[in-house]
Amino acid sequence: MNGQAYTTSRHSRESGNPVWRIARSLWIPAFAGMTMLAIMILVPEPLSAQQSLPPAPLAYEQLEDPAQEQAAQELMETLRCLKCQSQSIADSDAPMAGDMRHQVRSRIAAGEDPEAIRAWLVERYGDYVSYAPSVSETTWPLFAVPLLLMLVAGALIWRRLRKSA
Amino acid sequence: MIAELGLTALWLAAALSVLQLVAGALALRDEGGELAKLVRPAAILQGLLAGFAFLMLLYLFAVTDLSVKLVETNSHSAKPMVFKLAGAWGNHEGSMLLWITVMALAGGLIALAERRLPEKTMLATLAAQAFVGLGFYAFLLLSSNPFERLPMPALEGRGLNPLLQDIGLAFHPPTLYFGYVGLSVAFSFAVGALVTRQVNPVFARAMRPWVLGAWIFLTLGITAGSYWAYYELGWGGWWFWDPVENASLMPWLAATALLHSVGVLAARDALRTWTIMLGVVAFSMSMLGTFLVRSGILTSVHAFAVDPERGTFILFLLVLYIGGALLLFGLRAATVAEGERFRVTSREGALVINNVMLSAILGIVLLGTLYPLLTEAFDVRVSVGPPYFNPVGAIFTIPMLLVMCVGPLLRWRGDSLGRIKNSLAIVAAIMLAVLALVVVLGSYGILPVLGLSIAIGLAIASFLPLRGRNLLRVPIATWGMVVAHFGLAVALFGMASETAFSEEKLAAVPVGESAQVGPWTVTLENVEPVAGPNWTAIQGRFAARYDGGDAVILTPQARNFWAPPQETTESTLATRWNGQLYAVIGNQAPDGRWQLRLWWKPFVTFIWYGGILVALGGLLALIGRLKSDLKRRYVKSRLADRAAEVAA
Repeated sequence: MNGQAYTTSRHSRESGNPVWRIARSLWIPAFAGMTMLAIMILVPEPLSAQQSLPPAPLAYEQLEDPAQEQAAQELMETLRCLKCQSQSIADSDAPMAGDMRHQVRSRIAAGEDPEAIRAWLVERYGDYVSYAPSVSETTWPLFAVPLLLMLVAGALIWRRLRKSA
Repeated sequence: MIAELGLTALWLAAALSVLQLVAGALALRDEGGELAKLVRPAAILQGLLAGFAFLMLLYLFAVTDLSVKLVETNSHSAKPMVFKLAGAWGNHEGSMLLWITVMALAGGLIALAERRLPEKTMLATLAAQAFVGLGFYAFLLLSSNPFERLPMPALEGRGLNPLLQDIGLAFHPPTLYFGYVGLSVAFSFAVGALVTRQVNPVFARAMRPWVLGAWIFLTLGITAGSYWAYYELGWGGWWFWDPVENASLMPWLAATALLHSVGVLAARDALRTWTIMLGVVAFSMSMLGTFLVRSGILTSVHAFAVDPERGTFILFLLVLYIGGALLLFGLRAATVAEGERFRVTSREGALVINNVMLSAILGIVLLGTLYPLLTEAFDVRVSVGPPYFNPVGAIFTIPMLLVMCVGPLLRWRGDSLGRIKNSLAIVAAIMLAVLALVVVLGSYGILPVLGLSIAIGLAIASFLPLRGRNLLRVPIATWGMVVAHFGLAVALFGMASETAFSEEKLAAVPVGESAQVGPWTVTLENVEPVAGPNWTAIQGRFAARYDGGDAVILTPQARNFWAPPQETTESTLATRWNGQLYAVIGNQAPDGRWQLRLWWKPFVTFIWYGGILVALGGLLALIGRLKSDLKRRYVKSRLADRAAEVAA
C-alpha cells in the first residue's frame, strides 16, 4: 500500500496531461495559431503558456560555486513540491518544482540568504511550502510536545529506575 | 457460483466469530462448562472458512470472472497470471479480505497449538481475537463486499495499468499486512492476560513468537518499500517522511519496543504493565496505519470528507478497540501484581531506557504525521518534513543508540559498569576516533557525523556480547540479537554515509562527451528510441568508469506510457561494494545536449543490507525461541510420563 501513494505521485507529473501531449505533437502549427489567437484575445492562458516553455535554465543545472550549490540543495530539500504528493522540489520532475528550483538557485547565486528565500516562498505560497515548520500560533504544539515528551521520558526513567533500585 | 460460495463462507466465518466471542466471554464465568469446549473449534473452523473465501477470490481472479465487480475493476484477461493473482489483494476489498483471512488463520493456529497458557486466559484471548475479527467482518460484508456481482457480466476488465504490474508492488502490501495481523494477535494476548490478570513469563513466551514474526515482516516491508521508492522515483531519495511511510514505521517502532519488553517479561518477570501497554499501542498503530492509508485522508482531509463511509468505519473500529483496550488497561493495570525488581545498571534498566526512547520517537512521528491533518481540518495547511523529523527524532534516537551499545553487555537484575569498563572504553574510543576523523575530513552536518561515529561504535559493540564465549554454544536467539543490532548499525552507517558523502551532478551533455561525479566518469555514448508493449522511450547508453577502470554500460530510459498517458524515468544503478552510481536521463535541450542526472552515493546499499540483517536477526531469534519452547514442552511431557510411571 505504500506503493499506492508513490504511484499517485507519479500520476501527478503534469506532462502526462493528455491535452498537453497532443499540444506538444502539434507544436509548430499550434504555436502559430495560438500566438495569433493570443494576440487577438489579448488574454493568453497563463498556465498552458507557462507549460509549453522549456524548463527554466537553473531547474536542471547546478550552480558553479559548490558552496552555493550545496546551500541551494539543502534549501530545496526542505521545500515542498506543491503539485506532488509528499516530495520536495529537489525530488520532482513536475514543471512547477523545476521553476522553484530555478528561483532558489538564481536567488542563492545572487547572494540571498536561504532563510530569506524560504520566507519569500512562504509569503507567496503559504506555510505549506516549507517542510521546516517554524514556531508560530498554529505550530507551537509541534515543539511543545517533544519538550513534554523529554520531561515525561526523563521522569519515567528516573522514577522507574529509582523505585526498583 | 464460486463468488457465492466465497461470500457464504465469509458469512459463516463471521457467524462463527460471534459464537467464538459469546462462548468465550460466557465461559470465562463458568470455566469447566460446555461452552468453553466450543471456543477452540470455532476459532479453527473460522480460520478455515476465511481461508476458503480467500481461495475463492483468488480463483475468480485466476479465471478472470468478469461477472464479479472487483475482477472487472481490477483485472484484465491479458494480464500475466502472477499479476492476476496479485490483483486479488491489490485493491481495497481484496486487501481487507486478505487481512481478515490472515487474522482468522492466526486465530485458528493459536487455538490449535497454544497449550501453555491457563485455559481461562486462552478463552479471553480467543474471545478478544473474535471481537477484533468481527469488526473487520462487518466492515467487509457491509461496506466492501469483494464478491459483489455485476448486473451484466463485462466483456473485458479495466485493470491493465502497466505501472501497477510490478512484482514489488504485488508483494509489498501483504508483507506489511502480515506484520499488522501479527500485532493483532499480540493485542489479543494482551487483552486476554488483562482480563485474567495472568501477566507472567508464560504469557510472555506465548506472545513473543507473534511479536517477533510481525516485527520481521514489518522490517522487511519497510526495507523493501524504501528501496522501491529509491529506484523508482528517479531522484535518489530513500526516505521522505511521507505519511504512508510513517504509517508503516509507527507500528514497527511500537513492535520494536514491545519485542524488547516482552523479552524482559519472559526472562525476568518484570515490566508487566509496560508489556501490556505496548501490546495495545502496537496494534493501535497498525489500525491507525490502515486507517490513514485506506481512508484516503492522506490525499486530503477534504477528499476524506467527500466519501467518508469507509474511513469512518475504520475510525469507528479504531476507537472501539483501542478505547476499549485502554479502558480495560486503566481498570486493570493497577491490579496486575508488580513484577520483579532490578537495579539501574542491569539489562532490564537498559531495556527500560530503550522502551521509553522508542515510545518517545513513536510520539514524535505520530505527532508529525497527524498534526498537518489536524490543522488542515481547520483550513490551516502546514508541512512537517525532514527538517522537523530528523533533528527532533535524533534527540531521542542518539541516547537510545548509545544505551544500545551498553545494554546487551549488562547482566540481568543488577550489574556494575565497572565490570564492563574495558568494553565501554573500547567502544567510546572508537566512536571518538571516527568522530575526530570525519570532522577533520570535511564539513558535514552534525547528524550524519554523529550517525557515522555511532554506527561504527555500535557495529563493534554489537559483537561484544559474544566475547569470551564459546561461539558454538551461544544460543541461536543471542545470535539473533547480535545480528539484528549489527544490522541496525549497518543501516545507520548507510544512511549517514549517503547523507554526508553523496555527490550530485546535473549536466547537459552532447553525445560522445562525459560528465564526472565523484570517482565516476560517465560517457554518453548514444541516445536511441526504444518501444515496449505500451510505451515508447528514449534510452541513453552510458559508459560509466569507476576511477578509470572498465566501463559499465547503463541504459536509463525516459518512458512515455500512452494508456494511461504518463511519463516515468527508469533510473539505472551501478552497484559496487562501496556504493552506487545512480543515473537518470532527462530531456534534450534545444541545443541538442541531453540532461544527465548522476549521483554517487557511497555505501547507500548498506541501508537495505542493514534492514535485511535486522530481519535476519529477528528470524534467528524466532527460530531460537521456538526451538527452546519445543524443548521445554518435550522435557515437560517426559517429566509427566515419568511421574505417571512412578505413580503406577
